[in-house]
Amino acid sequence: MVMEGLSLSHLRELESESIYVIREVAAQFERPCLLFSGGKDSIVLTHLAKKGFWPAKIPFPLLHIDTGHNFIETIEYRDNLVKELGVQLLVGSVQQSIDQGRVVEETGYNASRNVLQTVTLLDTIETCKFDAAMGGARRDEEKARAKERFFSHRDEFGQWDPKNQRPELWNIFNGKKKMGEHFRVFPISNWTEMDVWQYILLENIPMPSLYFTHQREVFNRDGVWLAAAPFMKLRPGEKVEVRTVRCRTIGDISCTGLTLSTADSLEDIIAETAATRVTERGSRFDDKRSEAAMEDRKKEGYF
Amino acid sequence: MELLRFTTAGSVDDGKSTLIGRLLFDSKSIFEDQLEAVKRASIQKGSEYINLALLTDGLRAEREQGITIDVAYRYFATPKRKFIIADTPGHIQYTRNMVTGASTANVAIILVDVRNGVIDQTYRHTYIANLLGIPHIIVCINKMDLVDFSREAYEKIKEDFQEFATRLQLNDVRFIPISALKGDNVVEPSVHMTWYEQGTLRNILENIDITSDHNFIEPRFPVQYVVRPLTGEHHDYRGYAGRIAGGVFKKGDKVIVLPDRLTSTIRSIDTFQQQISRAYPPMSVSFTLEDDIDISRGDMIVGEKNPPEVGQEIRAMLCWFNPKPMQLNGKFILKHTTREVKAMVKEVIYKVNVNSLEEIKDGKTLVMNDIACVRLKTTKPIFYDPYKQNRITGSLILVDEATNETLAAGMIL
Ligand SMILES: Nc1nc2c(ncn2[C@@H]2O[C@H](COP(=O)(O)OP(=O)(O)O)[C@@H](O)[C@H]2O)c(=O)[nH]1
Repeated sequence: MVMEGLSLSHLRELESESIYVIREVAAQFERPCLLFSGGKDSIVLTHLAKKGFWPAKIPFPLLHIDTGHNFIETIEYRDNLVKELGVQLLVGSVQQSIDQGRVVEETGYNASRNVLQTVTLLDTIETCKFDAAMGGARRDEEKARAKERFFSHRDEFGQWDPKNQRPELWNIFNGKKKMGEHFRVFPISNWTEMDVWQYILLENIPMPSLYFTHQREVFNRDGVWLAAAPFMKLRPGEKVEVRTVRCRTIGDISCTGLTLSTADSLEDIIAETAATRVTERGSRFDDKRSEAAMEDRKKEGYF
Repeated sequence: MELLRFTTAGSVDDGKSTLIGRLLFDSKSIFEDQLEAVKRASIQKGSEYINLALLTDGLRAEREQGITIDVAYRYFATPKRKFIIADTPGHIQYTRNMVTGASTANVAIILVDVRNGVIDQTYRHTYIANLLGIPHIIVCINKMDLVDFSREAYEKIKEDFQEFATRLQLNDVRFIPISALKGDNVVEPSVHMTWYEQGTLRNILENIDITSDHNFIEPRFPVQYVVRPLTGEHHDYRGYAGRIAGGVFKKGDKVIVLPDRLTSTIRSIDTFQQQISRAYPPMSVSFTLEDDIDISRGDMIVGEKNPPEVGQEIRAMLCWFNPKPMQLNGKFILKHTTREVKAMVKEVIYKVNVNSLEEIKDGKTLVMNDIACVRLKTTKPIFYDPYKQNRITGSLILVDEATNETLAAGMIL
């Protein structure tokens, strides 16, 4: 039986699926949190949470794992958003993990705090007794992510066992766990980069200025444009210059590759996304380490 | 633009990974850096052409063994539709993955190697696709290039398949002769098989009618979460949040709330900062009701007509996923829509031999990958429909009380 007009566009169907998953988290867990990085995926995730509980406030805190190497714009955006939503913000500090000797700062030209974040994240999850942490990871981002469940079980060491995942059928999610274990939940698993931008346009979500074209001091390393910053050591031969760039993904400064671009509206960004021939992750420094870099980090407990 | 979910099934080496790689590649969904990585890996493995199958190989364990061992999800879009592929492996021992991938699919693509014809695995995959209620089946007869694109070879397989299919009452089955490797009839029409005129695989995926894949007849709304702001202007707001599982709900509709069978009227259907006049699957919304009644997660709001079954004795087809065998009268947690109850399997009515479709009557236990018709008893009632009528209110999973693992999936009869 076909009924007129009873269909949803792909964006509305994805939205509805994600809101369903977020509400399942609020219902099945005692202390969930939402991992907020300041990037577009976690911004969309937060927007979906806002919609899913309206007119009530989002019933869980945002958790930001702060490497201390953030773009100023990210922190400003984060603080404004938290104020507007009236939610609690918790910050896990990598600098503090370093100071406490939990991790050792990498040295050398490619030093990054990206890997160190895992320890800070797991420590924060443990101290705050979070039993579920929602993240904005998407399956289309990276091949190890393609096999992630919506509800991804972590043992008491925070580790992921990709070979022993629970089957996930229909929209029945099994969030049962033992003491000390937790779940990572990925409500926007089924979204692609294009879906995210189209949705941002559809919903008119304000975005950090970093995503739009601007002038910035940058330098080129192995074909990737990186932002100049006091803690970014230059190799011999590398020089800082001003370029017209924008971010395609936003992470910590040390691993965020910038794209040369003049896109200054969401429409421009969508056109650029449609035409681009490299993956988002291709412009991230953290994934270049080896073929299985992401998978290895994920097993340890990375985002 | 609509969303279409499909799953792929075939035996090892039938060309599933190549086909998916081809669909992605020809839809320009492969990025240069991904292609570069695949080229590098192909050369390393001594392959003389770019092995598109490597595009879909996910985890290291699989790369090392050279096989696909878990469900992986892929995405691509054409100007007409967005597609989600649940890529599932073909090994016998991984039936559970196929069941998982099939659970949300609109379409199943079943691959047959033209040189091998219809084999036991083909029966198994088709049976599972049908059991999981996938509305549309496309049989891709692959490697046509290896039989000189022979029409007879294709027709023979089609006939064999149809003979088997009549025993299953499939609604919508289509056949396409393809070469995943060379690209014939995947995205581009084949110049070698002009005798075939029903469209390429991508063409069919873009145009297949999926609007009636949801149930729009019996209104079902499992309550997922109760929204209570308790502050300011919304102080007395009490919204029942959930996702529509069936039928169409309209503002002003008379509804029944299960399990207490209380009646009320829908005062509003809310989404963010607005009210809408009607809601249908698969929308996530919140309802407010005219009457102040006590409703919590696990309850179900349904239409006045055609209410669901309410019961504690359920017959279901069960697919067992765990290495640990099922014992009769063992206790499980049963999850069904947003409801959770305790349950026992009281009886194995018959097991299915998925290769011959025979019913075997002597079973007392189930081992991994067994499919059986069972009788379940629950400690509290659940509100359900036959799976054939509604894939959401007709499905359930069993969870181990001790290990918390998902042990089995069930389709209610
Ligand atoms: N000649 C030919 N070979 C194919 C075709 N499709 C796949 N193959 C080959 O069959 C082998 C198995 O393919 P693969 O995609 O890995 O199979 P899977 O195990 O089903 O994923 C590979 O060597 C492919 O190159 C085809 O249409 N024609």
